[in-house]
Amino acid sequence: MSEQKASEIRTTEEKVVMPHRGGNSLILVVGALIVVVVVIAAIFATGVLSGGTKESVTLTGAGATFPMPLILKWADEYYNSTNHKVKINYGGGGSGAGITQIKDKHVEFAGSDAPLSATDSSTYGLLHIPETLGPIVVAYNEPSVVNLKLDGPTLAKIFMKNITAWNDAAISALNPGVTLPTDQITVVVRSDSSGTTFAFSGYLAAISTEFQTLYGQGKSVSWKEAIGASGNPGVAQTVLTTSHSIGYIELSYAKKNNIQFALLKNHDGNFITASSETASAAAAAGSASLPAGNGDWSHVSILDAPGATSYPITTFTYILVYKELYNDQSKMNKTAAKALVDFVWWAVHDQGQSFSSGLYYAPLPASVVSLNEATLNSITYNGVALR
Amino acid sequence: MRAPRSRLTFSGRSSGADRLFEYGVLAIALSTLVLVWGLVLQMAIDAQPSFDRFGPGFIIGTQWNPNTEIFGALPFIFGTLLTSGLAILIGVPLSIGIAVYLSELAPPWVREPLSFVVELLAAVPSVIYGLWAMYALRPFIAHSVEPFFMSFLGWTPLFQGNAVGLDKFTAGVILAIMIIPTVASVSKETMRAVPDSQREAALSLGATRYETTRIAVLSYARSGIFGACILGLGRALGETMAVTMTIGNANKISWSLLDPGQTMSSLIANDWGEAQGIQLSALIEIGLVLFIVALVVNLFARLMVGRIMKAVPTTGGGL
Amino acid sequence: MNTFAYRRMKNRLASFAALACVIIALIPLVYILFMVVKTGAPAISWGFLTNRTVGTGGPGEGIGNAILGTLLLVFYATLMGLPIGLLTGIYVSEYGNNKVGYTVRFFNDLLANFPSIVIGLLAYALVVNLLQFGFSLFAGSVALAIIMIPIVSNTTEEALRMVPNSLREGALALGVPRWKTVLKVILVNGKSGVITGALLSVARIAGETAPLLLTAFYSSYWSSSLSEPVASLPLTIFRNYNSPSKELLQQAWGAALVLILIVLSINIGVRLFLRNRTVKRKVVKNWKQRLSLRT
Repeated sequence: MSEQKASEIRTTEEKVVMPHRGGNSLILVVGALIVVVVVIAAIFATGVLSGGTKESVTLTGAGATFPMPLILKWADEYYNSTNHKVKINYGGGGSGAGITQIKDKHVEFAGSDAPLSATDSSTYGLLHIPETLGPIVVAYNEPSVVNLKLDGPTLAKIFMKNITAWNDAAISALNPGVTLPTDQITVVVRSDSSGTTFAFSGYLAAISTEFQTLYGQGKSVSWKEAIGASGNPGVAQTVLTTSHSIGYIELSYAKKNNIQFALLKNHDGNFITASSETASAAAAAGSASLPAGNGDWSHVSILDAPGATSYPITTFTYILVYKELYNDQSKMNKTAAKALVDFVWWAVHDQGQSFSSGLYYAPLPASVVSLNEATLNSITYNGVALR
Repeated sequence: MRAPRSRLTFSGRSSGADRLFEYGVLAIALSTLVLVWGLVLQMAIDAQPSFDRFGPGFIIGTQWNPNTEIFGALPFIFGTLLTSGLAILIGVPLSIGIAVYLSELAPPWVREPLSFVVELLAAVPSVIYGLWAMYALRPFIAHSVEPFFMSFLGWTPLFQGNAVGLDKFTAGVILAIMIIPTVASVSKETMRAVPDSQREAALSLGATRYETTRIAVLSYARSGIFGACILGLGRALGETMAVTMTIGNANKISWSLLDPGQTMSSLIANDWGEAQGIQLSALIEIGLVLFIVALVVNLFARLMVGRIMKAVPTTGGGL
Repeated sequence: MNTFAYRRMKNRLASFAALACVIIALIPLVYILFMVVKTGAPAISWGFLTNRTVGTGGPGEGIGNAILGTLLLVFYATLMGLPIGLLTGIYVSEYGNNKVGYTVRFFNDLLANFPSIVIGLLAYALVVNLLQFGFSLFAGSVALAIIMIPIVSNTTEEALRMVPNSLREGALALGVPRWKTVLKVILVNGKSGVITGALLSVARIAGETAPLLLTAFYSSYWSSSLSEPVASLPLTIFRNYNSPSKELLQQAWGAALVLILIVLSINIGVRLFLRNRTVKRKVVKNWKQRLSLRT
């Protein structure tokens, strides 16, 4: 054979660790020290950044994404108005998660659009405090169709996949003069246990006996063929990024992100656009007969409300707290408990409610505020009322 | 590749300090045993209510209904198998190609840095894969790839429905990308372990590079490569975040790759916060199933890889 | 049709295919890095890195508390997991040539096989529920530490095994007690491998999301308390990746950029600064080579 180039001679590499000589490791030690210093500095810095006072209270909540924009706004405003003394975390996760976590006492308060079942209400000693209300809109992604009009039965059929194409006869009938595309409708729903689903499915079940029989109202529904997204934001973004899709979200998400949503035919036969006002109209009749804070809210519903301008899919959303805030498992001391009650008081009165319409929620009717006041006054810590 | 075990044994009297040190270290090492036992026990205890209620039928139960409190694992086992299967289908050929290139074809100055870059794929956190999949991969798949497959495979049950991109197909593709570094690097190592005598023998018979690789290297390293694939499968089974973000979250069995689905791990990620009582128990039972499946797969893989890596090359290995 | 030309064509095709595989695999990597940098960079500013996540998508929000949270989670997880993993690895490598050692190694492999979501689930059951710690930095750190232990243990064991026996023998011959040998001779010489393993495991847990979902939970404040929930970079990405709000999505991309910078710099840094010094021995095959080498 011809001569081989030196580079073709196979070399074997023996991985042998050379005896310690120092040098390289210095860089590492220095690097590690820098990191440790940064971390320790940060740990101390947080004390300074968070106002430096050891009296600061942290309250953590979880649950409905329906009111999340409003609750986060409240948290920020309240943090500033209490001079950084009260920190409120709200982690979302869906009404189902909120209910589970407050039952397990891992959070100090929960948000839920779905009221507790009658059994849960009596078993757990939780109070319902409606903190806001708002409309659930039918958002869609079909840029060629402006001002889509739908009614209850058609909506139910779409979500039951009895109607599969945009240009279905039923939809055309409601939208005369509009050229509807031939594309298939992609249905987007909630993948998590959701109070928004509870309200939306409640409406469909009330309107359509077929829906009631096959699916029923619930925080989770076994939809026939749908893409599941997590939380109201998830559904909103999925509708935004999926052509020819349709989904149900709270109004705030639709307005803030310019997502098209449909006009719905209400109980009186008028096509209504969801808004703070039309939601208030829907709540007006239903607000008069709400149970006491510690009562059974499982039948409370302002869906398909009568009234010329009432929006048909409107719902209250509740803050759930324990009536007795002291318990062996809770980390809540008296200061924290008082802070919680004060925060909710602030939220349901003008200070908090003033932010509602800006975020497309409806302010609470006066009767509901009074009801909440009575509920908040009943909250105790070790048997002693906090207010 | 494991370095040869130290055959050194210390005999003679050991001082008190020696014994103290040894037992101290032993105690810490045993704590990992305690930890594992604790975790497995906790899982079994928490899954017990679900096991009592649904029995072995849980594995083939098709419903996951928190309202009626009927739970079954089949939709998720199905989703896991389908997405992992797709990942293997796409990822393994690519990985073997990469391994062949890195082991046989790459010039020496390229080999090390390129191997490192491929392994860098494994360092990217799963949630960032998911983020990228959502905004770069999904549109590409929904607008180009899926319609392409639908055009000639649309008659099969695998490609029914709309090309939305949040489905088992996208989940399978992102999983494929994620297992490539594992499968490729282990395959590469097993190929490198093939003794040169094999290659030389084939070359001396006049084989081309390709034929040499196929005859001498790939068939010799066969079990190791197979083991690498199984290792990749094990990785795909346990992957959570990127899958949750792309699979569309539908708790149903559907053969179409274009339909949303759910894997065992993505179900746990989804339902974790809201599950309690029997649902939480069922969820943990699914976690147990997932753990056992991943364990069996990984042990099997190590067996296969270990066999080729331990093989000491003898002269004149059979042709 | 086995002419040489046909075979040569197959050979060329195969080589090309193999190279194509490499390029196809590199495309996602390059694309991800490119996209994270391109989409995340506009978000980065001093304010972004030092403000807290409020969650409303308003101006003046940032991921500062998420960065701190990740640092704290990694810090406490390392505090708990590194010593245990290290000592376990030392045991298996130095003392573990027996049934106990094999069992320990087997159980470590078992631990490494837990999918991270299952580890999270179990940490939730144990720390959040059973120990009543609630959603907390501590619970998150425990979950991450559990993930870290088998990784550190395995890499430590590998690194120490590579230390040549001659060093052990030498120390023994000099009468150095066993424990001193392990600490001062073996560990010191295997240092780079051990540190590599430790740093790589740190990079790995920094990017873990699943175990933190219901342990560290969520915080929009600066928090370093072990008993309070804490923000983190991976969770910031996960919570905001599907948000319709452009600002919140931007936070996700910015967090992704910071996270990937941390993870990649650890990975690349370890590779650059900690390579095992290897000795390349040229194995000479025959007398012709020996001659050609001489010239």
